[in-house]
This record gives sequence, C-alpha cells and structure tokens, in this order.
Amino acid sequence: MSFPLLTATAALPAVGAIVTAAVPAGRRTAAKWTALLFSLGTLVLAGLVFARFEPGGDRYQLTESHPWIADFGVRYDLGVDGIGVALLGLTALLIPFVLLAGWHDADPLETHSSRWRPTQGFFALILMVEAMVILSFEATDVFLFYILFEAMLIPMYFLIGGFGDRAHAGSEENAAAQRSYAAVKFLLYNLAGGLIMLAAVIGLYVVAGSFSLSEIAEARANGSLEMAGSTEKWLFLGFFFAFAVKAPLWPLHTWLPNAMGEATTPVAVLITAVVDKVGTFAMLRYCLQLFPEASKWATPVILVLALVSIIYGALLAVGQRDIKRLIAYASISHFGFIVLGIFAMTSQGQSGATLYMVNHGISTAALMLVAGFLITRRGSRLIADYGGVQKVAPVLAGTFLIGGLATLSLPGLAPFVSEFLVLVGAFSAYPVVGIVATVGIVLAALYVLVLYQRTMTGPVRESVRAMPDLRVRELAVALPLIALLIFLGVFPKPVTDVVNPAVQHTMQDVQKKDPQPEVEAAK
Amino acid sequence: MNPVNYLYLAALLFTIGASGVLIRRNAIVVFMCIELMLNACNLALVSFSRMHGNLDGQILAFFTMVVAAAEVVVGLAIIVSLFRSRHSASVDDASLMKL
Amino acid sequence: MENLIALLVAAPLLGAAVLLCGGRRLDRSGHWIGTVLAAASFVVGAVLFTDMLGKGAEDRALHQKLFSWIPVEGFQADVAFQLDQLSMTFVLLITGVGTLIHIYSIGYMEHDERRRRFFGYLNLFLAAMLILVIADNYLLLYVGWEGVGLASYLLIGFWQHKPSAATAAKKAFLVNRVGDIGLSIAIMLMFTTFGTFAFGPVLEATGDTSEGKLTAIGLMLLLAACGKSAQVPLQSWLGDAMEGPTPVSALIHAATMVTAGVYLIVRSGAIFNAAPDAQLVVTIVGAVTLLFGAIVGCAKDDIKKALAGSTMSQIGYMILAAGLGPIGYVFAIMHLVTHGFFKAGLFLGAGSVMHGMNDEVDMRRYGGLRKYMPVTFVTFGLGYLAIIGFPGLSGFFSKDKIIEAAFAKGGTEGWILGSVALLGAAITAFYMTRVMLMTFFGEERWRHAATPSPDEPDVEPAAATGEPHPHESPKSMTIPMIVLAFGSVFAGGLFSVGDRFLHWLEPVTGHDHGHAPVSATTVTAATMVVLVIGVAVAWAMYGRKPVPAVAPRGSLLTRAARRDLLQDDFNHVVLVRGGEHLTRSLVYVDHTLVDGVVNGTAASMGGLSGRLRKLQNGYARSYAVSMFGGTAVLIAATLLMRAV
Repeated sequence: MSFPLLTATAALPAVGAIVTAAVPAGRRTAAKWTALLFSLGTLVLAGLVFARFEPGGDRYQLTESHPWIADFGVRYDLGVDGIGVALLGLTALLIPFVLLAGWHDADPLETHSSRWRPTQGFFALILMVEAMVILSFEATDVFLFYILFEAMLIPMYFLIGGFGDRAHAGSEENAAAQRSYAAVKFLLYNLAGGLIMLAAVIGLYVVAGSFSLSEIAEARANGSLEMAGSTEKWLFLGFFFAFAVKAPLWPLHTWLPNAMGEATTPVAVLITAVVDKVGTFAMLRYCLQLFPEASKWATPVILVLALVSIIYGALLAVGQRDIKRLIAYASISHFGFIVLGIFAMTSQGQSGATLYMVNHGISTAALMLVAGFLITRRGSRLIADYGGVQKVAPVLAGTFLIGGLATLSLPGLAPFVSEFLVLVGAFSAYPVVGIVATVGIVLAALYVLVLYQRTMTGPVRESVRAMPDLRVRELAVALPLIALLIFLGVFPKPVTDVVNPAVQHTMQDVQKKDPQPEVEAAK
Repeated sequence: MNPVNYLYLAALLFTIGASGVLIRRNAIVVFMCIELMLNACNLALVSFSRMHGNLDGQILAFFTMVVAAAEVVVGLAIIVSLFRSRHSASVDDASLMKL
Repeated sequence: MENLIALLVAAPLLGAAVLLCGGRRLDRSGHWIGTVLAAASFVVGAVLFTDMLGKGAEDRALHQKLFSWIPVEGFQADVAFQLDQLSMTFVLLITGVGTLIHIYSIGYMEHDERRRRFFGYLNLFLAAMLILVIADNYLLLYVGWEGVGLASYLLIGFWQHKPSAATAAKKAFLVNRVGDIGLSIAIMLMFTTFGTFAFGPVLEATGDTSEGKLTAIGLMLLLAACGKSAQVPLQSWLGDAMEGPTPVSALIHAATMVTAGVYLIVRSGAIFNAAPDAQLVVTIVGAVTLLFGAIVGCAKDDIKKALAGSTMSQIGYMILAAGLGPIGYVFAIMHLVTHGFFKAGLFLGAGSVMHGMNDEVDMRRYGGLRKYMPVTFVTFGLGYLAIIGFPGLSGFFSKDKIIEAAFAKGGTEGWILGSVALLGAAITAFYMTRVMLMTFFGEERWRHAATPSPDEPDVEPAAATGEPHPHESPKSMTIPMIVLAFGSVFAGGLFSVGDRFLHWLEPVTGHDHGHAPVSATTVTAATMVVLVIGVAVAWAMYGRKPVPAVAPRGSLLTRAARRDLLQDDFNHVVLVRGGEHLTRSLVYVDHTLVDGVVNGTAASMGGLSGRLRKLQNGYARSYAVSMFGGTAVLIAATLLMRAV
C-alpha cells in the first residue's frame, strides 16, 4: 500500500492543532511557531499532492478507500480531481499567511490580564479548520463530506465568537454582544443549510443505496440508476441550499458581513477565502455531478440569483462605512461571479469559476490582511476615521492598492483572468447575463477606488500622523501574496492545466457542449 | 387461579403508585410510590412469563430489581442531602429547574 | 529581430519594478534609471524601425509569441506581440515623446520628494502603452488598455494629498471603466462569433459573419475608444485629469494614451469597413466631440484645461477621420503623430510657464511673458502655429487631409462632416490664439495681486505669496521643448512630401481616395479663410483690448462651456446623487428586509420558546404528569393502530 498522502495532508494540521493546544500557557510564542511550522508542513504536503497529480490521468487520483460505518455503507473514501487539487493548494497556501497575520491578534491584553484569550486556542482552532477544509476537498464519500461540512462550523464558531476584532467603536460589552450575535448567526444559518442537506443526503442514500460519489455518478451515467425527475429536483435543492448559504448567494448572504466584520481579520480571511470555497466547490462537485438534470433545470433561477449577488453585493459595498463590511460585500459580489461561472455550464465558465475561487482567495487575503494591519494601527474600522495614510505609510498604501486593484480585476493581476473567463463563459451561453455581469466591473472599480481615496489620499489626518509603515512580519504576509497575484495573472497555466481535465469531466457529467463560434459553425 | 387476576392486581398497584407520585409532596412517599410502580411491573412481568411459558419475563424482573436497588441507593442519598440543605422533604420546594 | 520586440516592453517594465520596489536608496538616481530605460526602449524601437525599412512593404510585419497565457478548452489567449507599420509608428511616437518627457520631468519634478516614484509610474505607463500597441490580440491589448488606465490613475493622483487630484484620478479610472465594458463585450462577441480574438484571424474572417454582429462589435469598440480618448459622452474626465503634473498631461493626456481609441478603431478597420452603421456613429461621435472640445477650450481660463479641451477636439478630428474608413485611416494616424508632437510641446510649454510662475494656471494672471521666457515663447509659438494649421507646419498637412477626406466621404454626410471639420478649424484658431495672446502678449497682469475668479473658486490662487518672478526654465526642460518644436514644424511636411506616410501605412490600413466633391485646393483655401477669421476674432477680443484679470460673467454659452457644457452637473445629479440614493436605500433594504426576515425568524422562534418555557415550572409532579400523559397517549395510539 502506498503512502496515504491525502490523509497525511489533512492529518498534519489536525495533529498540529492538538500539539498547539497542548503548549503550556506561558509559552505563547512557542505555540505560535508550532502552529506555523505545522501549517508550513501541510503546505509542503500539498505541494507533493500537486506534484504527484497527473492532469491527464484518472479523474480521481491518489485515492484511498477504507470501510468506516459498514452498516450504512459509509466509507472513508478520499481522492482528488483537478478542482480539488487547486483548492487544496489554496487552503494550504493561505493558512500560514493567516497565522502570520494574526500573530498578535489573540495575545492577552495587558490591561485585562485576567481576560481569557488563549493564544494556543486561536492557533489550534485555525489549524483545525484547515484540517477539516482540506479533508472536505478530498472526500469522495457524500456522508464523509457532509460530516466535515458541518463539523467545520464548530471551530469557526469559536473563532468568530471567542476572538473578536479589538478595533470596535462601541464599548467592550457592546463589542462582545455584537460578536456573539455574529457567531450565533453564522452558526444557525449554516446549520439550517446543513440540516436540509442532511435530509437530502439521507434521501440520496435511500434512492441510490450508496454514499460513494463515484459509484452514484457512474450508475447515473450508465443508466443503471434511474431517478425520478421530481426526486432529483428535491435532492438537488437540498444540497444546493446548503451550498448557497455557505457560498453565500443572495439572499442568504446576511451572515457574512456580520461574521467578517466582527471576527479578527485573519478569521475573516479564513471565512471568505477558505471556508466559503467549500460551498462553491461542492456546487461543482456534488450538485452538477449527482444531479445533472436538476442542475440544468434550476440554471435560469440560479443565474439570476448570481447576477443579483454580483450587482447587489457591489452596490452595497459602495454604501458601506466599515472597511471590513465593505470587503465582505465585495466578496458576495465575487461569489456571484463564481456561481455564474459554474452554472453557465461552459468550459470557460467552469474553468474560470475554479480559477476564480483560487484567485479570489489570494486577492481577498491580500486586501483584507493589509486592511487588518491598517485597522490595528488606528483601532477603528470606519472609513471616515482615515485619510492621507499614503503620505505616512507608503508601503502599506501601496500593498493595499495592489490588493484593491486585484479585487477590481485589473488585467495583469490574477483575478482578471478568472473574471474574464467567467464572463466569456457566461456570455457565450447566455449573452444578456454576460452583459449584465460586466456592469459589475464598473461597480468594483467604484467601491475599491472610493475606499482607497477616502482612506489613503487627501490631507493627512491627525489621528494617522504617527502611523508606522508595515513591519517585517507584515511584509512577509503581503509581499508573497502580491507576488502570487502577479504571477498567476501573467502565467495562470500551472493552475489551468490542472483544472481543465476536471472541468471536461464535469461538462460530460452534465452532458453539455460549449456553444460553437458562429463562423466556424458556418464553415 | 386465573393468572389474569395477577395482571389486574399489577395494574391496580401501578395506578396506586402513579397517583401517589402525582399527588404526594413528601419525597420519601413519592419514592416509595415509584418502588410500588416498579414492583407492579415486576408482578406483571412474572405473570406474563407464567402465561407464555418462557423465562424472559422473569429474567427481566431480576434486572428491574437490580436497577431498583441501585435507584434506592442513589435516590435515598439525594433525598437525604436535599433534606439536609432545605430542612424539608417536600418535592415542591426543590423547584429550581425552571427559567 | 522578432526577439527584440519583447525588449521594447521589458525595459520600461524593469524600470517600473526597480523604481517602485527599490525604496528610498534609489531616490537620488531613480530619475536617471527611468530615463535611461525609456531611452533604451526608444533605441530598440529605432533599431527595429531601420530593420523594417530595409524590407519590402509586404513582409515588414514581425511576430513574436512569448507564451500561452490563458489556455482553457476552446479559449486560447497568448502573450504574443505583433509589430507592423501601424504599431511601429506608435512605438516610435510613444518611446520618442516618452523619453523627451522623462528628460523634461527631471527638471520639472526636481523639488518633489517623490520624484523616484513619479518616474516609476512613467515607466509603468510606457510599458503598458507599448503592450497596448504591439499586442497581437484584443485580450492582451486589454491588458495594456487597463495598464495605461492604471498609470494614468496613479499619475493624475500623483499629488494625492490634494483631494481634487485624488477625485480626478478616481473619476478618470471610473469613466474609463465604463468604456472598458465596451471592450470586454466586444472581445466576448468576437469570441462567440469567431472563436478567437487575435487580430489576424478576426480581421480576416469579417466577411463570414453578419453585418449586425460586426456593427455590435464596432459600437462596443467605439464605446471603449470613447472612454480612453475622452470622446462624448465619456469625455468628462479629461479636464479634471489636468490635476496631474504637467509632464503627465503632455505624455498621457495629449500625446499618447488618449489616442489609444484612435489606434483601436484603425486597428479594427476591417470590422468597421464591413459595418457602415458603426462607422457612421464613429464619425458622428468624432464630429460632436470636435466641436464640444473646441467650445470648451474657448471658455477655459486655466491654461491646461484650455489645452485639454483642444486635445479633446483634435482627437475628435482623428476619430472622425477613422470613422471615414479607408479614406481616413492614414490621415487619422498622421494627425495623431503630428498632434503628438505639437500638443506635447504645447503642454510642456504650459508647464514651463507654470514652473516660472509659481504654479499659477489661470491665464488671466499671465500676460506679456514673451520677454521673460524667450525659449518657451518660441517653442510654444511654433506649436501654436502647427495646431492652427499654419501653412507648411505639421498641423496644416494632417488637418487639411482630414477635412479633405471628410468631404470625400461623399453625399450629404460628407458635406456635413466636412463643414463641421472646417468650423472646428476656425474655433481651433480662435481658442489657440486666445491662449497665446493671454499668456505671452498684453500687459503683465501678474504684477498686481489678483483674486480668484468667481466662476472657478476651486482654482487655488498662486501657491507662493507675493508676486511671481517669471524666468526661463532649466535646460533639461527647454531641450525637449525645442526637439518637439522641430517635430511640430517639420513632421507634417516630412510625412506628406511624396505621400511617404501614406505608402508606409497603406499595407496595414488600406487606402481609398474617395471622390471629393470639391478640389483639394478649394478645401485648402477654405481652411485658410476660416483660420484667418478665427485668428482675427481672437485678436479683436483679446489682443486689441486688455484682458480683465477677473473673468467677466460672459454669455450663457460661455458659462456653460466653463462648466464643461454641464456634463459634470448632469453626471453629478443623475449618476452621483442617484447612485448615492440607490446604495443608501439598498443598504437599508439589506438591513431591514433581507436581514429582517432572518432576524424576524430568529425573533419569532425566541417568542415561541418563551411561551413554551412556561410549561417548565420546576415541579417534579407536573413533569410526571406529562410523562404519564405522554405514555398514555402512546399506548392508546398503539392500541388504536392495532384495532384498525
């Protein structure tokens, strides 16, 4: 038996979480380094997965299969396709930066020495989330996926509710109340989605008699598993609802701004750049693969919802006064693009959507983490409290601008490639949808530039006059992310090569062909 | 004698026990009533065992006795400590389990 | 030779990277690095040009594929460059004028503590602009297209501690983004129609598709061009863009970037040729902007804004020519090049004047400066003569050809377009003479302290206190001005003698003489007549009479023109205010309605459980009752089921 690489990739951060949590109370720094080393180790393993994965090979590779709950046919089945590899890589890549950015976010306050802010817990919980997210990208058993999909809510709940943003306008009690409101809202929203999904998972088992993704998909493909149209639609809706909450898609999005606003910035990045990706990933893998007919049936409605998300999220971002909530609404807009790409059901759209997930992760991380550095310095999340930062902290302003430009999909940076692919994919299948979605690019420019103008330019505000520029640790977070944004913007081939075959498989699952160009069709 | 009569007796005992639990306030009496209900069940089990001609009911009755014995130990301890802290054996006084 | 093409871009890109990442230790040498790398790019361009001249007309185009950029099933985008005569023209213009302006900026920005960064941005601009003109497909062109937009954003807002500069930068980027929608949709349309967006295949296959599709693509490309080239209705950003340092206005907002729209249309000539409706719209946009810009230029007292209006108007000429089809393509580009020389020269002259006048921009506080700035006066004067089309100078040849071509379009359209172009020439003569007279002639109005004019309160009074001491600028500034003045004088003649420029570009753009209803001589004569009228009117208004230091109220048209013909007011009321209302109400809706449903559900759940909680009274007896009751119900149900 070969080395279980996929299990190891997920197990390493889990072990890291336990080790980190066990570090004695006085040794905060040791706990931080332990967590960072484990996350870097995971990154190495993810790199191995990337290297071992053969783009032209089988659909699922590096597979592992063990019986788990034999009575119900639940198996511990792992395997990755190109989409899984890309997202696994993204997760493993971002976590070290998240840890590094949150280096001091969970330190006990000096003024509140009695306050319970265990650094160990913060770092351990982040690693725990990483382990679960990675495993959920690897799972090829529906039940196993479901368990992870729900279980990752637990550490996330504690991360949001237990470690709030210290830059809060109100009093300490007020902050705590809003924080717990955000955490509970996050939990309940996602649990509600998860419960409906559970019903659908059970329903799927009753109909198909198996939880194995590949078995069911194969049976569906060769016709040995007939599913009545209405059954398929109901099951599809059950799955989709959960994913749409997680993604989040309009109108199920309202938990995101609260959660991202109240959580510390690293956790906000964890939510939007990593955990939410499980939702869109699952749409691609489970909705399209298990319920191709129902997916096509629901496409018009979902496309409209995606369009509404794009425009609505962007407009709300323009209207925000809080930096973090602004980025949260921008993310909602971007998730609209991802869903649009997935359900346009063209090769370009789906490749673009997968690439978008990766690029959005990196660009949001860059923007949000730098915004976090800014917020920590001034102790306020309100845009109106800033002004003229460019003059006193040019490097901070520069990195913030690049993060912002990536968010507005400037050509030359990574998100442009994916956004354009999504637009082209949507346009070739549904021209009107594609045209409406392009309006999003103007709105994106609006919210990013307004944010930049109000915070970074203009006369220097008294309150930011003494603001220091980025420190070495912060540069170590910002610069690699920016380098990646530029690299993937100029040369996205390493990712697209991995993603393309997987997308072709999905296209076969839904039995869709790309629309042919008019001129070639005429020939 | 018709074994059904035993069942009637068991039902009667159970009812007495149940109404005792519902009506009385003294914890000791409530406790005894619970014992009464358990024993009524035992009687019914043994009677059914006799009627059906197998030993399942009798075996189950033994289990009930063991559980009842354990329950007596725990229950009496609770009642005693309750009495110690409140100087009363009334179950209504211990009504803190509400919001 | 092909392998040199990438070097064109690589040099300034390297410069931008080094200067922007280099940190403070490059502060003392940064401007030299930037200038040398810009010059290096020009040298590479010149080498490629001489090589190209040595070849036959048909095989001059070079092609270099670097790598596959976005390889996705059915979608291929390459990073590949194509250098043909059209691109070559632009490369020389961009790197040549670019290098001159780098040199000029060394002196102009000498006292700015962020000079290194300024040169970094300038290099970034050069790299992006070069990508734009040598890309071999529309998607890579898009990269350059937005890249120059970014550089323009950074440079307009270079003095971003001024809120007006930051706002102007944002406005420029946003308006350009609106145009970019056009480019995006055009590329998507090309992809669905032709399955590719590389220049070669798309432009060859235009015959295989319907005219409707091509018209749609053409109109979308026009929208993009309107944004970048400040054409009506997306022209509003150009005036504000003058907030940037003057070398930026010269390079980006006069000579190169704003002409990208003309490049786009000429490059896509095959599409427009097959879509006459789109062409008609292009000519209309060109003609309208031509007049619009000219009228705005007449009313502005800010020297840079007056020149910006002029730029808009001149690009209107180019767009008009490009819309005429093969009759006009060559002349559009020719005017673009000559305009690049004289307008850059004019802007540098304006910068030199401002440099000597403590950054004063209001022409009403200039006057009589010819004595103090002889070099600036002469170079500016030559640029002036060139732009109004003084016989023998650059502008004369190129503008004359466009007017001729407009008449040659034929039919009523031809007459209308030709007349508009003629009228534009008259207004050009008027406003440029006005600028010239107000700046260099007349009494020395800067001697007495002036108050800001009431109609433009946002124009800050001279930064320094007291009276300015006008002086000539340093050599690093005057030399580029002199070189550009040479270009303004001789470029037109050089291009036109023996139709050199025509023969050079014809293999790429094609050419068609059309049938002019009037002879070329008549057109030239008419142009001369309107020129004289324009100059004479300006002389009568600003030369003979003294210019008041405070702007008079003026006619309704003047007041409207001062406010950019109310475009900004319209934008403010409809877009800014409307947008604010929209976002504010959406924030409200999101909070109360969408989130309200969620919170409402939670609240009603809470209420329900509050009521159920009352059952939990703490009495063991009542719990026992519910237990017994429940059991009884269960038993009854079981018995009932059995009975049934």
